Amino acid sequence: MAMNGKGEELDASKLKVLEFDGIVVGGGGSGLMASLQLAQSGFKTAVVSKVFPTRSHTVSAQGGITCAIQSADPDDDWRWHMYDTVKGSDFIGDQDSIEYMCQEGPKAVFELEHMGLPFSRTEEGKIYQRAFGGQSKDYGKGGQAERTCAAADRTGHALLHTLYQANLKAGTNFLSEWFAVDLVKNGDNQVVGVIAFEIETGEPYFLKSKATVLATGGAGRIYQTTSNAMINTGDGTGMVLRAGFPVQDMEMWQFHPTGIYGHGTLVTEGCRGEGGYLVNKDGERFMERYAPNYKDLASRDVVARSMMLEILEGRGCGPDADHVYLKLDHLGPEIVHKRLPGITELSKTFAHVDPVEHPIPVVPTCHYAMGGIPTNVHGQVLTQATDGTDNVVHGLYAAGEAACVSVHGGNRLGGNSLLDLIVFGRSAGLHIENALKDGITLSKATNDDIDQALVNLNRVNISSTGEDVATVKAELQKNMQLNFGVFRTGDLMEKGLVELENIREKTHNIHLTDKSSRFNTARVEALELLNLIEVAQATAVCANERKESRGAHARDDFQERDDENWLKHSIYFADTKEVTKRDVNFRPKTVQAFQPIVRSY
Amino acid sequence: MDAIASKSISSINLSIYRYDPDSGKKPYMQDLSIDIPEGQDIMVLDLLNMAKEQDPSISFRRSCGEGVCGSDGMNINGKNGLGCITPLSEALKGNKIVLRPLPGLPVIKDLIVDMKQFVDQYKKIKPYLINDEEKPEREIKQTVEEREKLDGLYECIMCGCCSTACPSFWWNPDKFLGPAALLQAHRFISDSRDTATEERLDQLEDAFSVFKCHGIMNCVSVCPKGLNPTKAINEIKKKLVKRAL
Repeated sequence: MAMNGKGEELDASKLKVLEFDGIVVGGGGSGLMASLQLAQSGFKTAVVSKVFPTRSHTVSAQGGITCAIQSADPDDDWRWHMYDTVKGSDFIGDQDSIEYMCQEGPKAVFELEHMGLPFSRTEEGKIYQRAFGGQSKDYGKGGQAERTCAAADRTGHALLHTLYQANLKAGTNFLSEWFAVDLVKNGDNQVVGVIAFEIETGEPYFLKSKATVLATGGAGRIYQTTSNAMINTGDGTGMVLRAGFPVQDMEMWQFHPTGIYGHGTLVTEGCRGEGGYLVNKDGERFMERYAPNYKDLASRDVVARSMMLEILEGRGCGPDADHVYLKLDHLGPEIVHKRLPGITELSKTFAHVDPVEHPIPVVPTCHYAMGGIPTNVHGQVLTQATDGTDNVVHGLYAAGEAACVSVHGGNRLGGNSLLDLIVFGRSAGLHIENALKDGITLSKATNDDIDQALVNLNRVNISSTGEDVATVKAELQKNMQLNFGVFRTGDLMEKGLVELENIREKTHNIHLTDKSSRFNTARVEALELLNLIEVAQATAVCANERKESRGAHARDDFQERDDENWLKHSIYFADTKEVTKRDVNFRPKTVQAFQPIVRSY
Repeated sequence: MDAIASKSISSINLSIYRYDPDSGKKPYMQDLSIDIPEGQDIMVLDLLNMAKEQDPSISFRRSCGEGVCGSDGMNINGKNGLGCITPLSEALKGNKIVLRPLPGLPVIKDLIVDMKQFVDQYKKIKPYLINDEEKPEREIKQTVEEREKLDGLYECIMCGCCSTACPSFWWNPDKFLGPAALLQAHRFISDSRDTATEERLDQLEDAFSVFKCHGIMNCVSVCPKGLNPTKAINEIKKKLVKRAL
């Protein structure tokens, strides 16, 4: 029975049922890595994606995968990469996870190369690696490292297409252009699948599975200006919060230094890795003042804040003095065309500037959620008991940007997102594979459990009056941009929180005017708004609660890092809208933990 | 930007193809007048988003908004392209713009076409690296020159603009593989790491798969990534002919 706008409510008896060993929600890098692992092992696997998989946002990643594969430097060491990542996280990245990622990374990168990923090459025929921000040799003592494996400046595109192709070869089932609405959770708090509908027909289903992986990516669309694709609406995060499970460190949003002014589209940090640098209106290379050692390759939070300070102090460029310039014209056409061809295209299209001849106008843009659904290194989703202990949510996994494993802590280093998604997509796949081989047993869902997961969909489908989706979404984005941006302060956040409560009320009362069945994108956008509000509110509450400045979270009213009180993860549940703390992991298995130090670049 | 600014156009006449098979109505063109911010050269996709605010039932695909995901291939004033990277200054005729779905594929709704035929042809060429040799512990070595052979091939975003602009694909969408799939075929044939070149060529050696390309070059003129499928197809033809001699 397709959803047809006749005001009929759906219930469990009206749903078609499909059953799988494993379902993966999301067709980006982490999702396709997890599904590949399962499909190759012969398990019946489905990828449920609201877009054709190669449209997922991984495709936009430009600069590369940071990983100590010892190509540019035969003496490179994954422990140095681990040190950089811990420091980059401002010490709230979990060291067991970071250790696992940096150590396992090379294996995963070579696996991708064997699958056909067209990496750029060195003269010796090895994978090309470039310099990226926050990278060092010898635990910060040996100068700038070159550790980011690249396919020109189209690494994400090359990676996503390679993974899609490998999944075709492995026989993964693709439910392309299907929208997952909510998790189905049974009385034992186990997740037994999702409610989804086929967008083309509007036919709703219960997708039943022994393991469900949320690989739904980021949610940058909570902000007005973002590098994120329009599909990045935090769908998995919304589902988890509505199911009564928590999210972690949601106040930690990365603003990427170099979004194209006026548009938000990104130009890669690889531009600076190849020798580009930022200048203010006086032509001054201002990063030399803020980060004397690393300069333009300091970590992203540091560069973004420095740019904003230049602008706030009146040294911005352009008639409104509201951006700075990224200079590449001194590199010469050969480097720009060979190493940064995609940037040249984007810059011409969106800034009307040829970077070979003129600098690109740039401004920080919302780019990446360090926070997300808390998991262990196997991708198993965690919830927190009232006494503060971690409990695994049976049947539910998360990986990639949707998850918070947490390797990025308060600030992600460039090139670590692609590494995160391949390493932890794979580890989730491996864990499910083993669990399936051991024979997972989950108790069944009752019709009431299924009906519970249909509440939101029904509310949208039967709405007859109420708020306009696009208007409410614009209000939400404006509020987040104004009150929870690069610099934050208690007064503004308090105001923003009140406003968000009003916006939430409106989202309870949205009106879907077009109720047709076939490829109804208005229905999808209405449901996406319900996810955006969950993410926005989690962000806002956690940001207000964390009374310190750490990583990407910079408060004017609490300018110092407070290790005594806040060397912690924040944990947020939607039903209480309260924040609790969770210990950061300082117990790596094979190396000594890195203790917090003053973070300078 | 300047074209719009100098003409100071503030209102655009948008004519958009509408069709919902479930509605029982025939396809029709819906005309909308859209006010755009003055002095700014917005993209066709921005215009569509503004149209959708007026009428939320207008349906189209979109995602990245920067020309890399390949979602929003459409026919813009008679030429296939991506809505998100086609500026109005380039697309406008007077102050009018006509948007239709990509030609030659079944329409699901409005600007959304059924890409199944397109993807099926892609799958036929075995779009993945085949290498049965034992894998090294590290990467399979590839020289800079060998890697350069993949440039202009691997960047395809599967938007479908080329194949749906190709008369040979319109005539034989099941037997002629079309420019997009053939570009990918050549990407794997050209990869020094792929060991299945002969099998790949065997599969292409019939009267239709490759040879229905008559060098019309619509694919080249519409490719939003500036790729050249015709050249790739000619390379495949050359290899097939050389092999037959």
